[in-house]
Amino acid sequence: MSLWIWLLIACALAYAWKLVGYFVPAKLLADPRASRIAGTMTIGLLASLTVVNAVASGQALAADARLGALAAAAVALAFRAPFLVVVIAGAGTAALLRLLGWN
Amino acid sequence: MKLTGSPAVKVGISISIATGLYGISFGALSVTSGLNLWQTMALSLLLFSGGSQFAFIGVVAGGGSGIAAMSAATLLGMRNGIYGMQLNALLRPSGWRKYVGAQLTIDESTATSTGQTDPAEQRRGFWTAGIGIYVLWNIFTLVGALAGSGLGDPKRWGLDGAAVAAFLALLWPRLKGREPVAIAVACAVATVIAVPFVPPGVPILVAAVVAALAGWLSHGRRDEGLEPDIEPYGHPAGRHARGSAPQAGAERGDTTGPAAAP
Repeated sequence: MSLWIWLLIACALAYAWKLVGYFVPAKLLADPRASRIAGTMTIGLLASLTVVNAVASGQALAADARLGALAAAAVALAFRAPFLVVVIAGAGTAALLRLLGWN
Repeated sequence: MKLTGSPAVKVGISISIATGLYGISFGALSVTSGLNLWQTMALSLLLFSGGSQFAFIGVVAGGGSGIAAMSAATLLGMRNGIYGMQLNALLRPSGWRKYVGAQLTIDESTATSTGQTDPAEQRRGFWTAGIGIYVLWNIFTLVGALAGSGLGDPKRWGLDGAAVAAFLALLWPRLKGREPVAIAVACAVATVIAVPFVPPGVPILVAAVVAALAGWLSHGRRDEGLEPDIEPYGHPAGRHARGSAPQAGAERGDTTGPAAAP
């Protein structure tokens, strides 16, 4: 139940961010720092989420099949594969490595 | 409105299909990371911002709390406020259009619009991409969620690997030049160091602080990191070379300042 509450708050705040741009005087957001931080935060959070999903197991660090998925995704991206192909490459590699016995 | 033969509408439709389709992966990953079908659909219908949606389920999948998931999603949504400001200046929507347009304000609809120069085309690009992605993203989220619920053990299918790949794919187009790579590496290292010491989900927020400090203290491109996951106007030749921002980025730079740092 409590997940629902945080989920709906996240939805409300996401819409609030979007509305802010349309209603707050442009001057306030035109501060180059605001768009800089919005951008660096996007990069930082996505990098962090990539790493957490690749090596974190609760509060422990683990080297398992997910590292193979990370490498496969990087190769697919280097070849400019579309998003879904990258995701499938990641899943396929992790599944294959597990089948071969590397957890 | 003349819709046939409009380049913005054409681009808007193709970006809608490309982006909408990967809603399948969101839907499937969401139900296997512990959200139910309705929670998954609520994220696509109400939150509607790919990166933030993946962030929310990514934190939950890693055992993080609801509040950590909400925080990561919200911090990642900040850039939509910047896009809203740009689109408000560009399209000058009035009345109810502001409220509907706000919900449709995401990386791809912004990039489709700002990639055009004619005001009428900018408007058509925004609405075509915004509405098209919204409809298809939700349909394919449902398809993915229904397929994902029947999969059984998600690890057997490598779905945890799919999540890793999805986040890297969201990050990748934003790594143009040395500075964003340095920020990404610093945040990745901060995350790994934090993992053993704080509860799951919190390392991501530690990285957010590092990223915010980097943005506050440095003086790089103003639109660093503000690139769409799927570039509506194709990949430029040297996409990792500094200063060769895609057309959309260059146009967007017109409203926020120079696209390339000195």
